Amino acid sequence: MKLRSYSVAGVMLFAALAAFFLFPYNLAFLTRIFIMIILVLSLDLVLGYAGIATLGQAAMYGAGAYAAGLFAIHVWADPFAGLVVGAVAGAALAAVSGVVLMRTTGLTLIMLTIAVAQIGAEIANRMREITGGADGLRGIRPSKILGIWDFDFIGVTGYWYACAVAAFVFGLLSVIGRSPFGLSLRGVHESPERMEAIGVSVFQRRLIAYVMGGGIAGIAGALSAQITQLVSLETFSFTLSAEALIMLILGGTGRLYGAALGTVVFMTVHHLAAANDPFNWLFVIGGLVLTVVFALPSGLVALPTSLKRLSKGDRHARS
Amino acid sequence: MQGLEVRGLSKHFGGLVVSENIDFDLPAGARKALIGPNGAGKSTFANLITGILRPSAGTIRFDGQDIGSLKEAQRVQMGIAKTFQITTLFPQLTVRENLRLPILERQGLGRRLFMRADSNRSVEAEVSALVDQFALGSLADRPVLDLAYGQQRLVEMALSLALKPKVLILDEPAAGVPSSETHLIIDAIERLPDDLAVLVIEHDMDLVFRIARSIVVLVQGRILTEGTPQEIATNAKVRELYLGGSHG
Repeated sequence: MKLRSYSVAGVMLFAALAAFFLFPYNLAFLTRIFIMIILVLSLDLVLGYAGIATLGQAAMYGAGAYAAGLFAIHVWADPFAGLVVGAVAGAALAAVSGVVLMRTTGLTLIMLTIAVAQIGAEIANRMREITGGADGLRGIRPSKILGIWDFDFIGVTGYWYACAVAAFVFGLLSVIGRSPFGLSLRGVHESPERMEAIGVSVFQRRLIAYVMGGGIAGIAGALSAQITQLVSLETFSFTLSAEALIMLILGGTGRLYGAALGTVVFMTVHHLAAANDPFNWLFVIGGLVLTVVFALPSGLVALPTSLKRLSKGDRHARS
Repeated sequence: MQGLEVRGLSKHFGGLVVSENIDFDLPAGARKALIGPNGAGKSTFANLITGILRPSAGTIRFDGQDIGSLKEAQRVQMGIAKTFQITTLFPQLTVRENLRLPILERQGLGRRLFMRADSNRSVEAEVSALVDQFALGSLADRPVLDLAYGQQRLVEMALSLALKPKVLILDEPAAGVPSSETHLIIDAIERLPDDLAVLVIEHDMDLVFRIARSIVVLVQGRILTEGTPQEIATNAKVRELYLGGSHG
């Protein structure tokens, strides 16, 4: 177990290094992948671990992005302070909405999560004087990281900065995932009735998980605001929530590295397909998702196991 | 009094009376069984004691304290645990992980973020003790969904026992278990701690007569009679109820 987690971390670090040298002209895109990985990781905590069905994770992402952007413009341009502000904003929105949302499940919950993100978008749209409305929030100029590295034109600093934040979040969630709290979230996911019978307030556990996930989504939003130096209404969009969900399902839920793998695969395929055929690229994405959902219901991380079972003639891949 | 003390307990769902003026005692160390035909209100009675349902009238005392207004989770913390009639486990988690969860919660470690779930020595010692007590050693690291149904029922009991309850209500512990595996359940019940108050709700008369020192017969929400297994076996009304009922 320990060896495996080290090797997973090693492979990911190697991939980050290799990508940096192999695709020096695509750093902006690669940086975007890191930001999405953080958002999808937050979704894995909320959905993969705690089983909270949400289609509105972008709400906390947007809150983090706007909060960090406004903070950088009006208060302090330090990047790490911005991340903290983004995390607090995301967690605060998750806490306020979660008090109501975490009492619901299923379809009701999904509809409410969508509604929260829509409300966020509408508030950002209406408060034009503060947020820039549909034009987006401009003029974000983060200062040097640790007073040393300036955000450069090519995006080298941004790349490693985003990589470091993603690695930190991944490490943090790996620890939490193995903790008693992480185990209790899996318990809440698998059998809420039993958790109540054990003497646990399921509502409280779900709320804590939702707030944590909100904080991490807020970090992703803040990172996006600092690196693109712009926050648009798109940060609250339903498309973003839905794509994050597809990336997570593609990679496999409840395992963290599935979130990372799914994000990389989805965004790379998206990138290549959209470049080759700007009109029909969605077909490629659709085909990919269909194939994975039908052939590998546990996501791409289950590919080695499924192949092994297939070669043994066992047709029942475990879900 | 140590243990459970129920007086005048009633439950109505609208005009439907499912429990009517029940007096019931379950002192520490008791081995009681609750029997009765389908629809007699056995599960309702269990749910009233554990706090899943609220009584319409009557009192429930535990160790002298009125617990009638406490929630399910609070009653669990006081020491009243119940197994589920339909197995309610964490199917994807291993047997050890299933048992670890309630122990971590009982020891107040359930919200810790920065320790490994399997790193606490006293928790792991308890997990291993339960695994041994229920003879689950060879299956301990398998996901529960891989286990046979009788074995899952054992995990179900172990999970409730992990809460270190003073009162354990076993809701049909042998339901759905093939008769070849029933002895596993009976053995496990016989090995329960002596000071634990045990109430078994069960259809399987063989199991009831093997375990119970006292049997309560519930019919249409009322207690028909209570007595030792011999008294119940020879009770004319009970015989009529069971023999007459199954043929009519």
